[in-house]
Amino acid sequence: MQVTNELKTVQLDRKKRTGKQILKESVLPHLLLTLVGLLFLFPFAWLALTSVKTEDEIFRIPIVWWPTQFQWSNYSMAVTTIPFLRYTLNTLFICAVAICGQLISSPLVAYGLSRIQFKGRDVIFIVMMSTMILPYQVTMIPMYVLFNKLGMLDSYWPLTLPAFFGSAFYIFLLRQFFMNIPYELTESAKMDGASEFRIYWQMILPLARPAIFTVALFQFLGSWGDFLGPLLYLNTPDKWTLSIGLRSFIGEYDVSWGLLMAASTIFTLPIIVLYFFVQKTFIQGISMTGFK
Amino acid sequence: MAHSKLNTNMAGIRKRERKALLTGLLFTSPWILGFLIFQAYPILMSMYYSLTEYNLFSPPEWVGLKNYAKLFVDEKFYLSLYNTIFIVVFGLIPHLIFALTMALLLNTNVKGQALYRTIYFLPTLVPAVAGSLLWMWLLNAQYGVINQILGYLGLYQPNWLVDADWTKPAIVLMGFWGTGTTTVMYLAALQDVPKVYYEAASIDGANLWRKFWHITMPAISPVTLFLLIMGLIDGFQYFTQGFIFAEASQSIGGPENSLLFYAIYLYQVAFSFLNMGHASAMAWMLFVFVLALTLLIFKTSAKWVYYGGEK
Repeated sequence: MQVTNELKTVQLDRKKRTGKQILKESVLPHLLLTLVGLLFLFPFAWLALTSVKTEDEIFRIPIVWWPTQFQWSNYSMAVTTIPFLRYTLNTLFICAVAICGQLISSPLVAYGLSRIQFKGRDVIFIVMMSTMILPYQVTMIPMYVLFNKLGMLDSYWPLTLPAFFGSAFYIFLLRQFFMNIPYELTESAKMDGASEFRIYWQMILPLARPAIFTVALFQFLGSWGDFLGPLLYLNTPDKWTLSIGLRSFIGEYDVSWGLLMAASTIFTLPIIVLYFFVQKTFIQGISMTGFK
Repeated sequence: MAHSKLNTNMAGIRKRERKALLTGLLFTSPWILGFLIFQAYPILMSMYYSLTEYNLFSPPEWVGLKNYAKLFVDEKFYLSLYNTIFIVVFGLIPHLIFALTMALLLNTNVKGQALYRTIYFLPTLVPAVAGSLLWMWLLNAQYGVINQILGYLGLYQPNWLVDADWTKPAIVLMGFWGTGTTTVMYLAALQDVPKVYYEAASIDGANLWRKFWHITMPAISPVTLFLLIMGLIDGFQYFTQGFIFAEASQSIGGPENSLLFYAIYLYQVAFSFLNMGHASAMAWMLFVFVLALTLLIFKTSAKWVYYGGEK
């Protein structure tokens, strides 16, 4: 009798604990995560909703949450009031050339820094890593002067040429990846007299496809959204990128929010769509950067 | 005879070493060249320009340390430094705490982890200019949705981008939206903490808080160090968002120069005032600040960063 009573309380106790535990371990996190998730999604919703509102709905108080009729004409207006297509093509051109540059150089350097043993390699690596803390502003003015002397101002050269020399962050990422490729794999090829370049080109590069893809993606994002670079170097409106051109919607006295939000949506959407196609690569790339 | 054989062997090794050196340098030459042209040379030139008066059109004129002396009596220099430190302190640290909290919640093995992670990560993909313009609209004092909601709740409605006291809090608020990358990095680190540590601690009767403080925090401290340093470097170069927000008031520094961040002031001195010498002195000071702070954090890191042997 006593024993069964004790057993009961133990069981009850366990039940109570699991109830509390479920609340603590599952309901509460879900609640918080969903709340923050909604807060994070709201700006996107507001971007989309504003892009299809009339001027009148945008400036009405109390606020209009849902437009009575979707104003798709905002989109056609947005792409015609500014030379939107021109800006898009300019931005895409810079992205494409910069990605090519990075893909030619960064893996090559990463290979040298990971799979070739040579004197001074560690020194090069340490110097390269320390350049990552160098603020852009330190080199900005002499670079501007240099490109000015070369007659390259108001052209795409300053925004693309440096990519052909690789960049420390991408080289580091690729090096990490290359170091994890088993050495036995390339050792036998070396015995057979294959040159380093052949091993790089025919064995390592095909194996490193995911890492190379990550670099291309990061460079695309960087060039697509870059603001300071084009602001410094591009003067002629014909050569502007989307980041620079988007500001034309901000007038001296008012802002055409509907058009601006429509244009911003078109500017942002390709990246969001791209993200859903390559999500895994993306998250892996980011997770990799945290480890040193 | 044995001796000469050894010699030829040595020569062979040396020859191979020389070949490896040549190949190695060949492979790394793009970066070495790029470093010399786009980093080393500009750094030296930046130092030289900082000791001259230079407006791009006439050749630089040597003035010694005058530009640096001028900095120390320049009120806008101090103001821009204050604005930047404000963003670094009140932006970076709350953002890190927030991102870590979200990562911890995600790491409780909740269902739909991937979906939540995607949602938190999406805002980081929005181009800086588009994101800033969107937040300019969200934070619009009269018609913006944030103030409308604050009004419904009977709360104070700040004049976000017009009132000099509220422009920087507006920037910090917007920054929370962009913490997704940090969350993803923290989550990856949390998933790497060996489960046995927690099990052992449970047997010893440690509660959640003690587990967090004595296992989780040390285990993810290398990532915290990385994020702290990168955040610091990025914070000192804070430009685009401040520049766009200030454009709402048709100026470079925003209301009462409350958005005049260091990098923005540097840009103004260089490309609006065409005072390259003064701006280069600012650039060098920035370099010194960043370097000093990075070294300081590294120095203290021995006390709070743990590199586990098992990882």
